[in-house]
Amino acid sequence: MTRPQGEMAQVDSEQPDTRGAPVGRRVLLGTLGLGAVGVLAAPVLQRGMEAFLGGAAEVDPIGVTGLLPNGGGFRYYSVTSSVPRKDADSYRLTVDGLVDRPTTYGLADLRALPQTRMVRDIQCVTGWRVPGTPMEGVRLSELLDAAGVRSSAGAVRFTCFDGAYSESLTLEQARRADVLVALRMQDEDIGHNHGGPARLYVAPMYFYKSAKWLSGITVTKDVRPGYWERRGYDVDAWVGRSNGRDDEPTT
Amino acid sequence: MSPRPDADRAASDVRRFSPAVRWTHRATALLMGVCVLTAALLYVPALAQLVGRRALVVTVHEWTGVALPVPVLVGLGSRALRADLSLLNRFGAHDGRWLRAALRRDKRPSSRPAHKFNAGQKLYAAWAAGATLVMLGTGLMMWFTHLTPLMWRTGATFVHDWLALTLGIVLAGHIGMAMADPEARRGMRTGSVSRVWAEHEHSLWRP
Repeated sequence: MTRPQGEMAQVDSEQPDTRGAPVGRRVLLGTLGLGAVGVLAAPVLQRGMEAFLGGAAEVDPIGVTGLLPNGGGFRYYSVTSSVPRKDADSYRLTVDGLVDRPTTYGLADLRALPQTRMVRDIQCVTGWRVPGTPMEGVRLSELLDAAGVRSSAGAVRFTCFDGAYSESLTLEQARRADVLVALRMQDEDIGHNHGGPARLYVAPMYFYKSAKWLSGITVTKDVRPGYWERRGYDVDAWVGRSNGRDDEPTT
Repeated sequence: MSPRPDADRAASDVRRFSPAVRWTHRATALLMGVCVLTAALLYVPALAQLVGRRALVVTVHEWTGVALPVPVLVGLGSRALRADLSLLNRFGAHDGRWLRAALRRDKRPSSRPAHKFNAGQKLYAAWAAGATLVMLGTGLMMWFTHLTPLMWRTGATFVHDWLALTLGIVLAGHIGMAMADPEARRGMRTGSVSRVWAEHEHSLWRP
């Protein structure tokens, strides 16, 4: 391929390539600047994006919007490589520790107890929020009362059948009416990926307090920090008043 | 322009990248690859369900992210790498012509004059460097949560999420273009390219 001699001469005159405008530096600094502006303008941008994606999600047949940031819905977090599956036959929930009557419940036993249904927002400490999510299950206070908590007790520790996760609440927090052993979410039995067949639900706190795959409730003297709390998260995880966040409270 | 039937390949080759430049690229690519992979494991629900181990994946992601600028910083000790960075930085009139041709989807080499780096490569390098630093900054704000005000942290998460998506797409484009050009890949792998390729793709470059 040949080019006209005149053009060749013209481009040759641009040699060497070290004298032009420093556009590269400007692009780099501009990108940094845009990043900083993005951080500061995020509240406005995020609201717009959520509104747009919320609308788009309703007409999105293949669920691409679910993969976009702030696309709505839950995200799956597990701290172990795999979690055994439990069904109505194999699931057990034990209540022990500083109680007069240690008890083990099957799923049918829990379903036979009075159920409480609540509709609140769910707020994750990483930022995502799922508005108006129905949760339904047995009040934790009911299970504690049935077991007979001793006067020396001050806290409740929760363990999970994933083998690693744990959580804890003070006894006062655990007795709140908006703390459930949840069996149903969004008016369906809780599936495995969402922590089924039964998970903790602590409505006023960040969602890491709502331990998935709940298998043990142990009444203790003092609060023992749970899995993420030993890794720097707040033990008292009130939405909007902990973990350095200012989200709107969920209750 | 067709390749001359040259018996000795080495004689028809030109040097494109020094060993320091190639190793800087390799180390950066490896770290970036681990960052992207661990990001996907943390972010895409299907992959998160497959792998779990969240605390471990987070730790790997954080430390590879922090290490990402290190190869370039070490590479700055190399004169060849500094020379390449200086070429990437400066834009001449021919770069404007290259970009206008790219916007017109005009693929004729005569419409796309380029020195050692074409205008697209220059823009990519500058933007990717800036975006990596923004990812690093916002990532540190999310990691060390007590260093910055609350408002900033939510903003940092927002920017980190969306820029990750953008960076992923642009990186895929970078890799896709390399996959489509074996000689360009040879240049980064061995340091040399054929003179014919160089004259075709980088007509103003005089190695």
